[in-house]
Amino acid sequence: MLAYVLRRMGYGVVVVLGVLLFLFVLFFTVASPDDVARRALGEKALPEVIEQWKANHGYDRPLWPWQDFDDNMLFEHYRRMLTFDFGRSDADDVLIIERLRQGAGPSLALTIPLFVVGITLGIVLSLFVAFFRETYIDRTGVFLCVLGMSLSILLYIVGAQYLIAKLLRWFPISGFDSDPAVIGRFLALPLVVGIASGVGGDVRFYRTVFIEETGRDYVRTARAKGAGEIRVMVHHVLRNALIPILTRVVLAIPFLFMGSLLLESFFGIPGLGAITVDAINGNDFSTLRTMVFIGALLFVMGQIATDVSYALVDPRVRLE
Amino acid sequence: MAEAHVVSNLVVALLLAAGVAVGFFVRRNRLWSEAAVDLRRRRPWALLVVALYVAVAVLDSVSWVGGAEAGEDVVAAYKARSVLDRAFSDFVEASYSAPLAEAEFYGGAPLVYPGRHLLGTDILGRDVLYMTLKGARVALLIGGLTSLIAIPLALLLGVSAGYYGGRIDDVVFFVMSTLASIPGLLLLIALIMAMGRSTLSVCIALGVTSWVGLCRVSRGETLKLRELDYVQAARALGVSEFRIVLRHILPNLMHLVIITFVLMFSGLVLSEAILSWLGIGVDGSWGQMIDQARDELSREPVIWWNIAAAGSALFGLLLAVNFVGDALRDIMDPRTLREDL
Amino acid sequence: MSVALEVEDLVVSFPGVGERTPVVDGLGLRVEVGETLALVGESGCGKSISALACLRLVPRPGRIDRGRIAVGGREILDLSVPEMRGLRGSEISMIFQEPMTSLNPVVNVGGQVIEAIRLHERVSRSAARARTLDLFEQVGIPDAEERLDAYPHQLSGGLKQRVMIAMALATVPKVLIADEPTTALDVTIQAQILQLLRDLQRDSDTAILLITHDLGIVNELSDRVAVMYAGRKVEEGGRVDVLAHSRHPYTEGLLRSMPALARPGERLAEIPGVVPPPDEWPRGCRFSGRCPRALPHCPDQPPASTPLPDEHRVWCHAVAEDVAS
Repeated sequence: MLAYVLRRMGYGVVVVLGVLLFLFVLFFTVASPDDVARRALGEKALPEVIEQWKANHGYDRPLWPWQDFDDNMLFEHYRRMLTFDFGRSDADDVLIIERLRQGAGPSLALTIPLFVVGITLGIVLSLFVAFFRETYIDRTGVFLCVLGMSLSILLYIVGAQYLIAKLLRWFPISGFDSDPAVIGRFLALPLVVGIASGVGGDVRFYRTVFIEETGRDYVRTARAKGAGEIRVMVHHVLRNALIPILTRVVLAIPFLFMGSLLLESFFGIPGLGAITVDAINGNDFSTLRTMVFIGALLFVMGQIATDVSYALVDPRVRLE
Repeated sequence: MAEAHVVSNLVVALLLAAGVAVGFFVRRNRLWSEAAVDLRRRRPWALLVVALYVAVAVLDSVSWVGGAEAGEDVVAAYKARSVLDRAFSDFVEASYSAPLAEAEFYGGAPLVYPGRHLLGTDILGRDVLYMTLKGARVALLIGGLTSLIAIPLALLLGVSAGYYGGRIDDVVFFVMSTLASIPGLLLLIALIMAMGRSTLSVCIALGVTSWVGLCRVSRGETLKLRELDYVQAARALGVSEFRIVLRHILPNLMHLVIITFVLMFSGLVLSEAILSWLGIGVDGSWGQMIDQARDELSREPVIWWNIAAAGSALFGLLLAVNFVGDALRDIMDPRTLREDL
Repeated sequence: MSVALEVEDLVVSFPGVGERTPVVDGLGLRVEVGETLALVGESGCGKSISALACLRLVPRPGRIDRGRIAVGGREILDLSVPEMRGLRGSEISMIFQEPMTSLNPVVNVGGQVIEAIRLHERVSRSAARARTLDLFEQVGIPDAEERLDAYPHQLSGGLKQRVMIAMALATVPKVLIADEPTTALDVTIQAQILQLLRDLQRDSDTAILLITHDLGIVNELSDRVAVMYAGRKVEEGGRVDVLAHSRHPYTEGLLRSMPALARPGERLAEIPGVVPPPDEWPRGCRFSGRCPRALPHCPDQPPASTPLPDEHRVWCHAVAEDVAS
């Protein structure tokens, strides 16, 4: 088991290095330092101004190791990213890591409740629907899910803002205040929207998993032994269904940190997602690079966590 | 250098020809024609809706220069305009107007075409119905064309990796893992920002982010198929690898491909809507319309027709595609066949 | 009471194109205490569904339309769901064809047998575990104590099937239904499993309904044989009568097509044609399309049973005429 975990972590490291290479190619070759400078300074900037800007932001060194082994941007890129030395924003020169620290809190405040409630609701609803499979309850449930999945999250956001904030005036349209007394009011709307837009897809997925498991041979054996439907669902099906469900769930954990780009930017929550959106609008490549790296890092960690959790839940993996 | 609209016309003609070819193939193959009949039986309305969207998109894709009528905008004579463009030519007002209104929304000045704008006009006075219809072409372009590029690429890499194994597999697997480790939206954003904000880069970015799923699945399936007895037999008989892949492996992946295409389609359109929201989407898409209409809802009185039209069009297409995709998946899943007696 | 399992006029239908199709069409079976009845037929003839019907586990959208089923003299089709559940696994048990997939992969095998016991009897976990250990030894699982905590994927196919048998016999049921118990196993293991079933039956007088398509197994284990074709019984009788003195053209065809009976170099005999799908069944005898002895009225009239000596019966117009003359 330890060997398994170490192997997974090893591959994870390799992947992260690959991601960094990809980011380097993307942000330093596809978008050359000249492009970046011009986007920050404007198309008509003079060549000297561009050179100065590049020097200030560290874009003026040779790119590849074969051009200059001791002073090239590839190694610099690796060194800095891996030591979390993210530098300053291209747009406003603020230390990126400071921004990250400030943004983590609000993001977590939104995504943790979103995650917990979303999953619980998803599993409960899908168990309910799967229990009544092939009856009207099930068919209506699936129909509603497909309906929900076809509605873009944008429409949920707009709809919620309009209906609840404007018409009913229950919650403020946007904004954030970390004071525990009022934080709920600002998070309520994005929470509702986040859960509502995701529940359709989740229930559809979990339902499929439950129904597939329920059709398996060992369930037939359990019934032949005289087990009741409830015991079958809880003791037999659920434990096996956990395996594919875990993939989806554990993989989502890294995103708790990233926050939801859309929910944050639209509801004015100053989290990591909002930072990313600002970076897009401000053509802030250094921040963008950092956010993508962090996202990938967390994702890889999530994948490793998923594999480890498989080993915990599935004896076939644990005892190989 | 060909004019953009000539290329576009050519692409439409090619796609239509491809569609007809697929139709012939389906008719000749019993398995597929049975599936098609079953699909038509289960989801006639959804199929009809999709066909409608395709028809509208085609109307907007066939364009040519010239033929401007007297009194029209001078520029119109030199710009390539589609059937749709011509139908709605010069159908503009000064600014907002409500659906079927007789007067402008702000100020109440009389309209040039009172009562004729079925869905009203937007901030620049453009007819909303026209804008919505034009969005169909963009949506199909994004969903359809991108899939048509991403899917063969994914198949090529996935099947090669699964069939040949070894180094090729290692490389493909590594590339897949790396790309798959970057959360989709972030990867999209990174690609578009790096390549510059244009329709082409959006399509490429969408393609890059969507091929990994199918690649992984086709690699897995190929690995399984390769060990099947009749494939082993073919190899033992000395059949060339290429023929084995073509005749034994690929046909067994087709059902996966079809379902992937349908599901990818809605995912891509939804993603583009989000990209438009973030300001890096494709011009003329419904997502862009929704983005532009963001603060119209908070005005007093409310301007709702822009976002309603774009939102409904988006929802309608995705709902139809999702229904068709679901039904297809049920038809093609061997497990939903009745249990052995 | 000497009849452990009795089935009368059983009809199980599934939805088809249009109206429902009876995939089991008026089946009757009788298994005495301590006896083994083999139910033989090709895939798709309805034998597995008949077996599931005896436990009222016909999968949706199938449905038992009509008939009588009695286990140990007790009618089961009228029972409530909880009452039926009480019978399943205690009075009547079933073992399945695929030991690989029929056991829960995330629960250890000891636990699965313990569950079978504790679902029907109020015993402590340790008592159930002790009994499970005994059962494992009885069914011939080596290193039984350690194997209690093993997971299914750690056991071979033969061992898994022994676990299934232990699970099915844990509560000493009156009837054991074995649905192709050895099809997925090696020939050598097959013989062991069959021997095991024989021994266990001798010790506890359990009636066994053996479902199989393999006539070799029928010869090894059964006392009586019933042959099914397309949802109906076509021949029934003692093992020797049916296997050595079969009268129905279908049974004869089956026996002739067995590789073991052919001479080396000879082409295997086969029954021409294929089993017709349910929507192509004729009103009369369903085998008439492939039967070498088909008479003009065979497709129109379903044959009645023709009694032969020693409780040997055949459903065939041609045989009826033979006997009459």
